[in-house]
Amino acid sequence: MSSSLDIPPASSAVTRTKAKIGVRTLRTDKWWVMPLVTVIVLVSFIAYSTWRAFMNKYYFSEPLISPFYSPCLSDACPPEATLFGWTPFPSNMLGFTISPALFILVFPLGFRLTCYYYRKAYFRSFWQSPPACAVAEPHKKYTGETRFPLILNNSHRWFFYAGLVFNVILTYDALIAFRNADGAWGHMSVGTLVLLANAAFLWMYSLSCHSCRHAMGGRLKHFSKHPVRYKAWTWISKINPHHPRFAWISLFGVALADFYVYLVASDTITNFYFF
Amino acid sequence: MEEIERYRFDVVVIGAGGAGLRAAVEARANGKSAAILSKSLFGKAHTVMAEGGIAASMGNVNDRDNWQVHFGDTMRGGKFLNHYRMAELHAKEAPERVWELEAWGALFDRTKDGKISQRNFGGHEYPRLAHVGDRTGLEMIRTLQQRIVGLQQEDKKATGDYEAGLKVFAECSVTKIFMTGEGDDRRVSGVLAYWRPSGKFVLFESEAVILATGGVGKSFKVTSNSWEYTGDGHAMALESGGSLVNMEFLQFHPTGMVWPPSVKGILVTESVRGDGGVLTNSEGRRFMFDYIPAVFKDKYATTEEEADRWYTDPDNNKRPPELLPRDEVARAINSEVKAGRGSPHGGVFLDVSKRLPADVIKAKLPSMWHQFKELADVDITLEPMEVGPTCHYVMGGVEVDPDTQAAVGVTGLFAAGEVGGGLHGSNRLGGNSLSDLLVFGRRAGLYAAEYVDAAKAAGKTASVSEADLQEAIDWALAPFTNENGESPYAIQFDLQDTMNALVGIIRTASEVQEALTKIESLKVRMGNMKVVGGREYNPGWHLALDLPKQLLVSQCIALAALTREESRGGHTRDDFPEMSSEWRKVNLIERLDGDSVAIVRQPLPLMTAELATLFDTSELGKYMTQEEIDSLVQRTS
Amino acid sequence: MGYKAKFKIWRGDNGDGELVDYAVEVNEGEVVLDVLHRVQAEQANDLAIRWNCKAGKCGSCSAEVNGKPRLMCMTRMNTFEETDTITVTPLRAFPVIRDLVTDVSFNYEKAREVPAFSPPVGLKPGEFRMEQDDVQRSQEFRKCIECFLCQNTCHAVRDHEENKQYFAGPRVLMRVAELDMHPLDTLDRKKTAQDDLGLGYCNITKCCTEVCPEHIKITDNALIPLKERVADVKYDPVRWLGSKIGVRKSDNA
Repeated sequence: MSSSLDIPPASSAVTRTKAKIGVRTLRTDKWWVMPLVTVIVLVSFIAYSTWRAFMNKYYFSEPLISPFYSPCLSDACPPEATLFGWTPFPSNMLGFTISPALFILVFPLGFRLTCYYYRKAYFRSFWQSPPACAVAEPHKKYTGETRFPLILNNSHRWFFYAGLVFNVILTYDALIAFRNADGAWGHMSVGTLVLLANAAFLWMYSLSCHSCRHAMGGRLKHFSKHPVRYKAWTWISKINPHHPRFAWISLFGVALADFYVYLVASDTITNFYFF
Repeated sequence: MEEIERYRFDVVVIGAGGAGLRAAVEARANGKSAAILSKSLFGKAHTVMAEGGIAASMGNVNDRDNWQVHFGDTMRGGKFLNHYRMAELHAKEAPERVWELEAWGALFDRTKDGKISQRNFGGHEYPRLAHVGDRTGLEMIRTLQQRIVGLQQEDKKATGDYEAGLKVFAECSVTKIFMTGEGDDRRVSGVLAYWRPSGKFVLFESEAVILATGGVGKSFKVTSNSWEYTGDGHAMALESGGSLVNMEFLQFHPTGMVWPPSVKGILVTESVRGDGGVLTNSEGRRFMFDYIPAVFKDKYATTEEEADRWYTDPDNNKRPPELLPRDEVARAINSEVKAGRGSPHGGVFLDVSKRLPADVIKAKLPSMWHQFKELADVDITLEPMEVGPTCHYVMGGVEVDPDTQAAVGVTGLFAAGEVGGGLHGSNRLGGNSLSDLLVFGRRAGLYAAEYVDAAKAAGKTASVSEADLQEAIDWALAPFTNENGESPYAIQFDLQDTMNALVGIIRTASEVQEALTKIESLKVRMGNMKVVGGREYNPGWHLALDLPKQLLVSQCIALAALTREESRGGHTRDDFPEMSSEWRKVNLIERLDGDSVAIVRQPLPLMTAELATLFDTSELGKYMTQEEIDSLVQRTS
Repeated sequence: MGYKAKFKIWRGDNGDGELVDYAVEVNEGEVVLDVLHRVQAEQANDLAIRWNCKAGKCGSCSAEVNGKPRLMCMTRMNTFEETDTITVTPLRAFPVIRDLVTDVSFNYEKAREVPAFSPPVGLKPGEFRMEQDDVQRSQEFRKCIECFLCQNTCHAVRDHEENKQYFAGPRVLMRVAELDMHPLDTLDRKKTAQDDLGLGYCNITKCCTEVCPEHIKITDNALIPLKERVADVKYDPVRWLGSKIGVRKSDNA
């Protein structure tokens, strides 16, 4: 083989490195919109709920109670607002006045904080880990949910169970709202609808939860041996893809229900009765 | 001379598709170390493209099925040109091979009683194809891949090294099989390969080499085959002194996509028809009823009503003609298009949308739905597909011993899967390829292991001479030294054009002759091929190394196509449209004679009288000469 | 139709390289891979591309198109404007070999750490009986074509090379889920998933699911159920106690 050309050598690379592309992402779409919107909405909700939780008034107007304050467990709660008069917590501790909301909000807060959907939402938007797919995150180190405190996210199921208790109570709140301000049954107001809707959204949010799906049947190895749980799992699997939607709707629902009760309780508006 | 990576293995398996992986598993099971060499990444082999299923007469859906019926269907589908012994072994062993996959983790679709579900397919009398939706090939390759990993884990436990017994060399292409010894002692001694990523050469010394390289379709313009299908195994078998059998038989799958142009040729699974899809022409007619050949007249429905009843009551009705063997359907589509009754993009319509509810289509044919939606913007639950024939499979291949898969004429060389010839005769039934891979992959691995034991016992350990090695390396690097040659892509493009146009689905002597002349001129052009760039992952260079093999195999196909003067299965001669009983007795064998290809006629072994009793004499009469039938009858009595 | 499209293709090896401009013809119905093949045949014979089936079934042609991890064979040109410049780069989580081809051996090494399928001892081939309802979940995961786009996109390793030793990635963890849900697998794989393969590194930001060309619901159907299964044995004292004192029947029944 006679030629003036040299035969190139084989690669001499011993270890190879990633392509040095330099920029954080080459995505050309508006990948930052979603995390931004998430931050704005969640911050607004946190601001509103904090303001309301510490307000310690305008949360009850017979027969309506705000979901932020139900169950009302402090001895400062109006007797009509309590659950059969059960008030295990004092209204004052160490000289501070404690809003009844603070005794209970840890449960819905914990449920949402450990929720598989909200985790995606806040990891992406607040922690930017990552802000969007194939967009580099700003952190040098990442250990995910392997250590404290994020390992606590594994406790989601406990908050789910607690959430179910709350759903029952809030549903009860909605049912007793079929009364008028004097406690007579057989009436319905805008407030009834607001509380009903709130409870319904919360049920959908809870039932479409991943932990619920697991508990109902997901943990089974043989569906065929548990036909009832399999049916339940199948149904939950149908609504589970909509869990993010229920997460947002129920979040707005709770805030709006609270706001409606606030408006009524602060006499800004009158609760309109259909009958 | 640059430093060469060197390995010693008992068995080198070239190809990591179904046959290669199954062979490697078996070689290790028999205590042999095996290297698996793959042009692609591990788990990407062409087997993943197989959709419909694995044919095995387990009788899970219809318990009348058994190996005898499967054997008969295979012979009928191949128009009795099959090697009867391979067809027999295949039909007998396929069920065990499928069950074995299940024990290794494959998750087939299930019947109501928890067994492996089986589906209908063209040419198969009963529902016979074990399947997973329409991605059976993927399931099979993944299962075998994971089986290999499982065995590596066992080796790791035993020896501390994952790769003590089985090592996968991914993206490592073989250019040459080395031989050693003279005369009767001439035998395989190893292979030369190069790492595609680095361009480094690797020498493997081994007593046995198993070819599992697949097919040849990349020499055709419209094909369902990927770039890998360049006939490497066929060519290397020839170069090592082996022979090819019946290379004229190529399967043009009747239903490839025809639009958009960039996906032309991509497969549309036969399950679309097995599950109820029908073929119609531009006039809306189910034209397959016009194309039922005489030999199949009493096996297929003649009215649409009966054909439709078959889907729910197969025992009392004949099957629809859409499920004729693939060669018949491909020719029928070809005729319809030629007669001006084709679809807008030069195919015909395949419609399942009017036959099944949308959710059933999506459940049974998920990847077809996905493929048409994403590649052609067609929703097959709402509208018909446009389909036409595409080069899919080569029935011909390396001539092997039917029991051991040992290549005829090359000691130490074995061939399994598509690269081997004989099982499918002139036409392969759908579903028989995956079972072929398993049955004969296992046999190749088993008998290669036996051969290695015998060779070692006889003191014949493999070694490759430095001179042979250097020569092979020089050959592989030669394309870099041409200063003013042309691009290998241009030559490959012209080859694909030539083969498609002149040695395609319908052939005539003059056109095939023209193709042979063109191939000669392409060989001249190839001698002056230029490769630009370096050796690191350079597809131009890789193609330059595959191209000589493609040209050699294409020449074999054309030469055999010119020689066989009849029409049968995957070989249709416009100038000899009839099937001939005399030609049925003939295997066309091709060998290398210096630089040229020699072709000889060799008798096809006649099946045993015992197997012959599985057919009516009247049916045998459609294929065989009276003389042959008399001799079979004589032997029985 | 037919027009000249503007492409920027990353060319280089061993990390170093640059985006090179190409103007190339595009015809109706083509995908990005077709166009790159045209570049390869006409302008850059040595352009390194890994591909096989060109039908979205083998998962070889993974790359990043305009920054998004994609299969090039399934990225249709008509999803872009004719005036767009289309940037194609190699996968960013893996070392580059040359041009658009990366070294994906990480994925194979991790796959080898998942203990193989272990059917009950004594159950012979041919005797396996499984219900369709019981195999369906795992079948979804077996649709995986191992394109490794999920592995590439997961920030846990994409942005943190040092995590590669701890975290096996979505594809591999999905394989664990597949086996854990397999009706006839006998191994308990929950602790392997958490302790050896790094399931805890997953913060369920769902990019694996977003890029999956097979539309497998990796996060919802494999990773989260696997996290819940791990919680059963590691983070659920009630269940743990129940199983210890034998009150609770095994869910493996």
